[in-house]
Amino acid sequence: MTALSLVTHQARYDLRAFRRNTRARIFTLAVPVLLLLILVSLFHSGTVKSGGVTVKIAVYYVPHIAAMAIVGAGLINLLITLVAKRESGSLKRRRATPVPSWVLIAGDATTSVVSSVLIVVVLIAIGSLGFGMPVTGAALGLAAVETVIGAAAFCCLAYALGGLVANAESAGPMVQLSTLPVYFISGIYVPDNELPHWLLDVANVLPVRPMAVALQAAFVPATNGGQRFAALPMLVVLAWGVVGLLIAVRTFSWAPRRA
Amino acid sequence: MITVRGLRMSYGHYEAVRGIDLDVARGEILAFLGPNGAGKTTTVEILEGFRKRTSGEVLVLGTDPAHAGPDWRARVGVVLQESAPEAWLTVRECLSMYAGYYLRPLPVGRALELVGLTDKADARCDRLSGGQLRRLDMALALIGDPELIFLDEPTTGFDPAARHTAWEVIAGLRDLGKTIFLTTHYMDEAEALADQIMIIAAGRIVSSGTPATIGGRASAATTVSFTLPDGVTAGDLPGLLASATAGRGGTVEIIHDQPVPVLHELTTWALQHGYPLSDISAHRPTLEEIYLGLTDELTSPKGRD
Repeated sequence: MTALSLVTHQARYDLRAFRRNTRARIFTLAVPVLLLLILVSLFHSGTVKSGGVTVKIAVYYVPHIAAMAIVGAGLINLLITLVAKRESGSLKRRRATPVPSWVLIAGDATTSVVSSVLIVVVLIAIGSLGFGMPVTGAALGLAAVETVIGAAAFCCLAYALGGLVANAESAGPMVQLSTLPVYFISGIYVPDNELPHWLLDVANVLPVRPMAVALQAAFVPATNGGQRFAALPMLVVLAWGVVGLLIAVRTFSWAPRRA
Repeated sequence: MITVRGLRMSYGHYEAVRGIDLDVARGEILAFLGPNGAGKTTTVEILEGFRKRTSGEVLVLGTDPAHAGPDWRARVGVVLQESAPEAWLTVRECLSMYAGYYLRPLPVGRALELVGLTDKADARCDRLSGGQLRRLDMALALIGDPELIFLDEPTTGFDPAARHTAWEVIAGLRDLGKTIFLTTHYMDEAEALADQIMIIAAGRIVSSGTPATIGGRASAATTVSFTLPDGVTAGDLPGLLASATAGRGGTVEIIHDQPVPVLHELTTWALQHGYPLSDISAHRPTLEEIYLGLTDELTSPKGRD
């Protein structure tokens, strides 16, 4: 039994559980698609200024909603599932078997990455086929790599927050409360040229806006001064992942918490 | 299989476990009894390798569980008290997932058969009844074909029929040569299954022995009780019977360590006078009475289970 086959084994069952979980499917897949369609149809002007250049509204929203979708699949869905599994004793029971803990984490990370890639592909397809967003092979390849890195980083953040959240009931409200304002100041809902500079400065050091900026640059390098690969924003995302991992290692518990 | 010497565990100033010794031999079922807050769960969690200890020697399968690795985990099965289904998977998928964690697992069909869940193999875990879920827990603990199994209150909340089914499953595991460390609140469960019983109260072992001998049960005095016939007072009773005292519900009781002479004298006297003594009974303390007697005054009001 190699480490890789063990991870594949675990990921197969995690993905199967994800596929059957209606809440997870609606939340991670349907909500971003719906939001993209609503936002694009709301703005009749058809264009928006972003990164100093004028882009089509769909070209703006596809990468921004994609960033939100990666947070949904990588962070929020995993966090809620994780806390529920911990409180039900399911994680502790797995720890009573010889399976190494990193295999369980790798299984979760694989689920996050696969579902993130899936939803990002769907959003890009809608942008390209429905709204004429320009898509090249280079853009797709880079966006895929960035999505994988982002999903893994948000997965680490989920484990970090999992150590801080007391129970399954508070996981949902807590995560909504903390992500919603971040989405707003990151220009996910409202185009970023409408937002004050100081808010964007704050958003730039949080993980959501850098994710959106990097994905947007992959498709429209002009929004990032002509650079297709937005190195600095991806570094910010990666840094959050590392910080999350460090916190998780110190605080995450496999056993249910009791009062 | 298990050797514990001088085990102690403190939470801050509170000492939950205060020097426990115990031994479990291969193929034996040990029933570990005690009220909530007695240090039962703490002890079991230390043996399972889920909790560190303050001091003492602990060897489980020859290894200190505090430093045990995957090879040790593969030989130990654990049925936790709190458990929920792996949501969204079927019983068979759930067992297959766990089987993948072991080098030499039991076939899934065999594990299902052992716990009697074969006809529920394709049901989703979250659609099982409480009793079926506990049996799935048991199957998950068995899938790695462990030598030693920890069962933490395996029948709590069961109806009588489901409890007897669970007992048959546990007795079947003994027949396979498994060693079982059983935590329970139920005296009849311990009596039906255990080779050895240990009672813990306030962090100490207060009694241990077989179901027949624990708490001096084998040599305990017998209580003979009956209702005095109309017009007879305790003072009228002859010989050995003169020690009679008032018992429950208007009866009198004679407590004596030799029931045969007492009964002989009593029945001879009754026959001579033509008294029916229709509610006459002789009984030795039940395991439950022994347990309550041992744990009553020792049970500490605070602390953790």
